[in-house]
This record gives sequence, structure tokens and C-alpha cells, in this order.
Amino acid sequence: MPEPIVQVRGLTKTYESGAAAARALDGVNLDVHAGEVMLLMGPSGSGKTTLISIMGCILRASSGSVRIKGREITGLKEKQLPRIRLDNIGFVFQGFNLFPTLTSSENVEIGLDLKGVRVRQRKQRARALLDSVGLSDKYDAFPADLSGGQKQRVAIARALAGDPGIILADEPTAALDSVTGRTVMDMMRKLAKDRGRAVVVVSHDGRVMEYADRVVHIEDGKILNGGTH
Amino acid sequence: MASIAIRNLFHDKVRLVVTITGIVFAVVLICIQVGLYIGFRTTISDVILHSRADLWIMTSGVRYIEEGVAFPDRKIYDVRATPGVADAQNIIIQFGDWTRPNGSQEGTELIGLNPDSDLAAPWNLVAGSAQDLKRADAVIVDKYYAEKLGVDHLGQIFEIRGHRARVVGFTNGIRTFTTAATVFTSFRNALIYQQIPDDRTLFILVKAKPGTDIETLRSALQSRLKDVEVLTTKQFSDRTVYYWMFSTGAGVTVIIAAVLGLIVGIVVVTQTIYAATIDHLREFGTLKAIGASNFYIYKIILKQATISAVIGYAIGIVVAFIAVRLAGESAPISLPLPLAIGMFFLTLFMCCLAALVSINKVTRIDPAMVFKN
Repeated sequence: MPEPIVQVRGLTKTYESGAAAARALDGVNLDVHAGEVMLLMGPSGSGKTTLISIMGCILRASSGSVRIKGREITGLKEKQLPRIRLDNIGFVFQGFNLFPTLTSSENVEIGLDLKGVRVRQRKQRARALLDSVGLSDKYDAFPADLSGGQKQRVAIARALAGDPGIILADEPTAALDSVTGRTVMDMMRKLAKDRGRAVVVVSHDGRVMEYADRVVHIEDGKILNGGTH
Repeated sequence: MASIAIRNLFHDKVRLVVTITGIVFAVVLICIQVGLYIGFRTTISDVILHSRADLWIMTSGVRYIEEGVAFPDRKIYDVRATPGVADAQNIIIQFGDWTRPNGSQEGTELIGLNPDSDLAAPWNLVAGSAQDLKRADAVIVDKYYAEKLGVDHLGQIFEIRGHRARVVGFTNGIRTFTTAATVFTSFRNALIYQQIPDDRTLFILVKAKPGTDIETLRSALQSRLKDVEVLTTKQFSDRTVYYWMFSTGAGVTVIIAAVLGLIVGIVVVTQTIYAATIDHLREFGTLKAIGASNFYIYKIILKQATISAVIGYAIGIVVAFIAVRLAGESAPISLPLPLAIGMFFLTLFMCCLAALVSINKVTRIDPAMVFKN
């Protein structure tokens, strides 16, 4: 078994302190490998979002270790984290989180702009990414003019813009109808299988299980099964 | 790709109009209120600052220009004999009366000067000349007060304290801080009109020789002359302004209005820019999540604020100039270039300050918010 692209060990996260302290994660161990789709399931408040927030370097752990491509990230300074996110992680959000004032193409270009890619190249690359998610005719469309499925595909294209090794998707099908949801999950699976990305999907939706290589259940901040293998 | 800052600003036209309107309102409000304050200061000290004198000599204790107390005019010989003095002239400035043909009376600020001297002379002349004041009964009135004084053409005859006054010229835009009308006449006429003994004067204006240190000359004159006070033109201007603006309370309301205008303007701009930034908080959170540094986001916010400031200022200053023009002679609002330029930097400062306040909010974004639908 190759080295996991994300390795989580003994991770805890406690919100606030003192009597009101709430432990969101409690000794989580988890490995995520390149080329696999891992489904993270659990009831509301189980710690799913906290876990992917820490794996995505946008939330700090209280204790434990998180390694991304072998690099320990829990001890890094705040200002070092954006670069880690930019280089390694693509996010797909339940609410799409597209920039309403930018076109589809421009939404995808942002990730490239952050990486310092020149204007002409980033325009070409953004269009190629939109082509790859089947939105060749929507380069200049604003999010308000797109359907939910189209918005999510733009979000996936944006997540791929920086060529990250890890895709973290939070309820990517929750706002979509079942047909569109399947299309999006097909896309996620292809990212893992054809492009070797590690895809972590957080979902309540049992229908997405068929697309997962591995299903990890989390409850009360603890991994119940299949965290490491 | 157009920058996010520009897109954020121009995508939502209603929000843009609200933002720009807020800034325009602030710019106009501040310009008008501060302009009014400057305008009042100008009208108070206009006569003093339009003289070419370096020093003013007056009876000790005079608090403002219209309060001059007569003193012997022979002191002018001592003044002229003092080393460093190039010229000295007597002048009378005092509130006076004006009788219209129908017998009604109006107040004036009568300025009696030597028509042959350029130390003090009527300015903004639109009809007649200072030389015309050499006539025994000649007066020059300001057009702003012409209707009030009942003047509609040159050559009209009026009375000042029972003495004839013939209108020989018009100035334009020389206002006083009070309602008194500006009237120029010769020094000799002024003595008669104001019933001042002909061996007295109210002020002596002094012009120093080129290269003379004004403060040294002032001290020399002060030591040489008894019972009078010697002030530089700026000192006398400041004293007069201080009296009208602070001692009488007349100017305090203007100052309070100017300060309130400034505060309200700053609050409006700050609130407007802050709201415009907070509207996009979720997008900034997303930007942070996908790897943007805080610096990248700060640039967007500051760029938005700067563009808003420039557009708001450009429209606001034009509106302010139009408002000043429309107010015309009914209100002494002054919008000098330094105020207009200063207003640009103040607008920029206010907008960037507001942006910094919202940046603080952006910095504290809960990263997990991007995962909430």
C-alpha cells in the first residue's frame, strides 16, 4: 500500500474551553489515498465538517497530527496555510460558493490567478477545465444563469484549477436532483480513477455510496470504521 | 479577467448607486459645511487681507476691525519716519448708516481710504475706479447690497448721516460677516460721514520696505508709538476672526455645523463601504478557503474602497461646486482649491479606513462558514 496522501493521527478538536467545551473530534485516525473516493458519513454534529475543515487546512486541530503528502501541517504558521491549500486541495461546497459577479470562466480562473498563472494561459486552462466538465457553452455565463448542476460543475472545475492532489467535497449532491447528483458523482469518481486524485466526499446521501471505494462512518467525533487500512 | 473588486462594485448596480450616493452625500455635506466655515472666515477678514499693508496700527484693545477707536492722525508722521517703513496711510473702517430716498435706513460697513494709495483700495470693481472717490460726495457700493441700499444705477444720490453720497462705482462680491453693506469712500468723506474729528483716524496701514523683517518693524513701531497697538496683518485678521467666530457665538454654530458635517460624512462613508464589503463576506471566506492569502483579499477590499472613493469624490465635488454656484450670493460658501484637493484625500482616507474596519471583520471569518449552505 502506498503512502497515504492524507494521514490523520490522534486528531482532536475542542471548541471553546472550560465548562462549555465541546469535543468535535476525539482521537481520529484516517488515511486517504490517491486514486480513491472516500465517503465520510455521519449524522449532523458528528464532526464531518470539522474533520474536512482540518484536513483542508482551514481549521486548526487542538491536538494530533495531519500530514499532507507527508508534510506535517498542524504546526505550520497561519500564513503558510493558504499556500498548502492552494497547492494541494480543491474544495467543492454544498452551496457551490461561486462568485456571483464573475462568469463561469472567471470563477475557474481565480484559482489560477492565485497561483500566479499569466492571463492568457489561465483563460485557456479555465476553458479547458470547463470543457472537461461539459460546460463548453457556458464560459461567459454568470452563476445566476446556471442550473444547480451546472454551478456544481463550475465549482468542480474551479477545484481542479490549481491541479490539487486532494478534492474535499462537502455534500456535493445535496442541492441537486438525483440525475444531476449522479452526474456530479460520476465526475468525482473519474477524478479519482482517471486523474489519480484523492476524493473525500462528505454526505448524508446514501445514493452516493455506490461511487465510493470506501465508506467511513463518524459519530460523536470518533471514526467508527474504516478510517485506516 | 476583470478584477473581483471591479466586478463586485459594478455587478450590483443598485448597491453601487447606494454606495456612491453615500459617498457623494458625504463629500457634498463636508464641502458645504467646511466651505461655509471658510466663507465666513473669508468675509470676516476680507477687508484686512485685501489690503497690501504689512502692519495695522490701532487704538489698544480693539478686538475686531469694525471696533476701531479714533486716535490722533499725526502719529502717521512718526510711523513714516520709522526706518523700514515704505508707506503709511490712514484708513477708517466702521459701521455706518445709509438713508434711502424713501427715508428708510440701512446699515453699512463704511471703508474710508486714500484713493491715491494702493495700500488699500476697492477690489472687484465692475464700474468706476478708485480715483472716482476723489469727488467730495463719492461712494462705491457692492452690487450684492445694491438692492438693499436702493441703488440701481451710477450717479444716484443718497444720504449718510445727513451728508450727500453719490454712487460712482460698483464692486462685486465683497461681503461682510454681518448684514451691513460694503461701501467705499475717501478717507476725508468717511471722517464727515462718521462724524469723526478731522485730526483723527481709526487705523494706520503700514507697508514695509522690501527686505524689512516685519516683526522687527512691528516691535520698533510699538516701542515708538504710545497708546496704540501694532499688529501684523495676519495677527489682526486672526483677532477679528476670533472675535466674530468665538466671542460673539455667531461663528460657533458654523463651526459646530462644519464639525457635524465632517462627522456625519465620515459615518456615512464608513457605513456605506463597510456594508458593501460585508455583502461579500461569504465570497471572501471562499477565497480564503481556496488558498487566497489575507493580502490578496485586502487588496480587493482596498481596491473596491479606492474606486468607490474616486467615483464618489468626482461626482460629489462636481455637485458641491454646482451647489456653491447655485447658492451664489445668498450664502458665503467658499470652495477653494486646497479644500477640493484636501477633500479628495479625506474621501480616500475615509473609504480606506472603512475598508480596514471591514478587513478586520474579514480576518475573523469563521473558516467553516464556507461549508455552511
